[in-house]
Amino acid sequence: MAKYLAKRIFYLILTLFIVITVTFFLMKLLPGTPLTNQAKLSKSQIALIYEQYGLDKPVWQQYLLYLAGAVRGNFGTSFQFSDQPVSYLLSSRIGPSLQIGLQAMIFGVILGIIVGAFGAMRQNTWVDTTATVVSILGISIPSFVLAVLLQYYLGLKLGWFPIAEWGGFIYTVLPTLALGATPLAESARFVRTEMVDVLSSDYIELAKAKGLSRTGIIYHHALRNSLIPLITIVGPLAVNIMTGSMVVENIFSIPGIGEQFVKSVLTNDYPTIMGLTIIYSFMLCVVLLITDILYGIVDPRIRITGKAN
Amino acid sequence: MADTVKLPEDSFKRISGDDRASLDSEKIAAPSLTFAQDAWRRLKKNKGAWVSLIVLAIIFIMAFGSLVVSPHNPNAVNPSYANLPSKIPGVNINGFNGTLVQAGERVDAYKQAGASGKFYIMGTDYLGRDLFSRVLYGTRISLIIALVATLFDLTIGVTYGMFSGWKGGRVDTFMQRVIEIILSIPNLVVIVLLILILKPGMTSIIIAIALTSWVNMARLVRAQTMEIKEQEYILAARTLGERPLKIAFKHLLPNLSSVIIINTMFTIPNAIFFEATLSYIGIGISSPQASLGTLLNDGQKNFQFLPYQMWWPALILSIIMLAFNLLGDGLRDAFDPRTKE
Repeated sequence: MAKYLAKRIFYLILTLFIVITVTFFLMKLLPGTPLTNQAKLSKSQIALIYEQYGLDKPVWQQYLLYLAGAVRGNFGTSFQFSDQPVSYLLSSRIGPSLQIGLQAMIFGVILGIIVGAFGAMRQNTWVDTTATVVSILGISIPSFVLAVLLQYYLGLKLGWFPIAEWGGFIYTVLPTLALGATPLAESARFVRTEMVDVLSSDYIELAKAKGLSRTGIIYHHALRNSLIPLITIVGPLAVNIMTGSMVVENIFSIPGIGEQFVKSVLTNDYPTIMGLTIIYSFMLCVVLLITDILYGIVDPRIRITGKAN
Repeated sequence: MADTVKLPEDSFKRISGDDRASLDSEKIAAPSLTFAQDAWRRLKKNKGAWVSLIVLAIIFIMAFGSLVVSPHNPNAVNPSYANLPSKIPGVNINGFNGTLVQAGERVDAYKQAGASGKFYIMGTDYLGRDLFSRVLYGTRISLIIALVATLFDLTIGVTYGMFSGWKGGRVDTFMQRVIEIILSIPNLVVIVLLILILKPGMTSIIIAIALTSWVNMARLVRAQTMEIKEQEYILAARTLGERPLKIAFKHLLPNLSSVIIINTMFTIPNAIFFEATLSYIGIGISSPQASLGTLLNDGQKNFQFLPYQMWWPALILSIIMLAFNLLGDGLRDAFDPRTKE
């Protein structure tokens, strides 16, 4: 296990290194200068500014400096907000994004498990049909359409929840619902298929023959065994939530990193975009690592071969 | 078991000597079906998938047919007919008859704009452009994106996966590391970086999708290839001295076809969703071109007062996504009967 873990962490670092390198050189390829009023500045002023930001050094030195900074969480200074370090800008914004992302994940997966399990238990009845319809609709309706509809009907028309801004828990309800729809649908579909499989296996027959109660069988044998493979879709779901958050945070004007990302793209704030790219990749890598480790703990066969799939 | 089963007299028929001679007990009653025919038969039994296939065919024909015959020019600005609600001739249901609620009263918006004789099936947008034509235009863009994603899935994804799985060893390990690295960068981030370097628009979206969409296909194809290459018929082909390229096309590809077809069906909605998301946040297709994403963004601004401007593109986008998902499910059941039971 320790060897496996070390290998995984090595690949995580390698991946992040490649991400940083690629984004850095991509950004250097971009046309234009970071100066706002280049025409008004004299040559010596430009040289002074370049020196201040370390832009006078050769590219490879800049790259090494950036790499050294990135390891310590320093991503340079934002172009959009002058004199504001990217790390400061982002650290104040990461909280809301994490909160909504985690809430959406927990809400979606738990409700998805319940919906999927009920669908499998009452196979080919109206319960099953409802579960299937819910999961197909959840996958087919884009989260931003759902977000606008929720905002309008539950927020504006019924006035149950605030329509935008960021405050207490009540402000997180609508974004969580909008973001959680896809995880809900995906996990419901997944759990249903797995559980139908498990319910027809021999050990369920044995449990029935032993005279265990129905709830006992479902809870102890069927549900637990169908949940193990669910860990594998947590990674893709995390990607989905990250992508979705860029749009949903914009719709509900939540001061999170997704909203900042879109803003930075629209204002060509390159250092912030680079910082966010690295943060997004880091978060995804950590999620993938955790799911791999969890999977190894739950399913001993993986630990032996040292492979996740 | 006390009660005996009573069968009616005419349930059985005695076969006389002549009949017995003509009866071939070895004969298989049903015609033998090829793999594709069998899958097609199973697909037709699945109502959801069958309806989805027809709906998608209609959408395809309408979206590409609008290149030839379009009700209006999607980019023709006509400010005097701005924000007209949807009006379908012969339908007199509120919401589809060209009336609007203004100051608590229902009025005929077409009469007010002086366009009594005209009709716009989905209404017009804030510049008086025909929404129906614009939705068709946007659908076409979505479908082109879908086709492009499929193309790269089939070329890069399948080749990469097959090569990696067939070679094995160090080549395979290296190729898998590359995939793992691509997978651990969120797709949207890759696409945004590309859009920054290229110009926002159709080309950069297509390149971005080309770079990211094939990864899942490559993984699945690789796993399947590794399984298939251990089969006896591959061993036989190798023993007979068949060239690897020929084995790949003649033996591997046909046996991979179900995996490939099923996965394509799940790549397509993802690609469409991506394009819509990008255009929605304003870094995808730029105006005056329309895509379902930009239409949704435009419509959302006026949703409170002119809800139809968002409902139509949202409806079409959801129908396309739904149809591809249902068709994908149907194809999976059709090609892999094990999942059905």
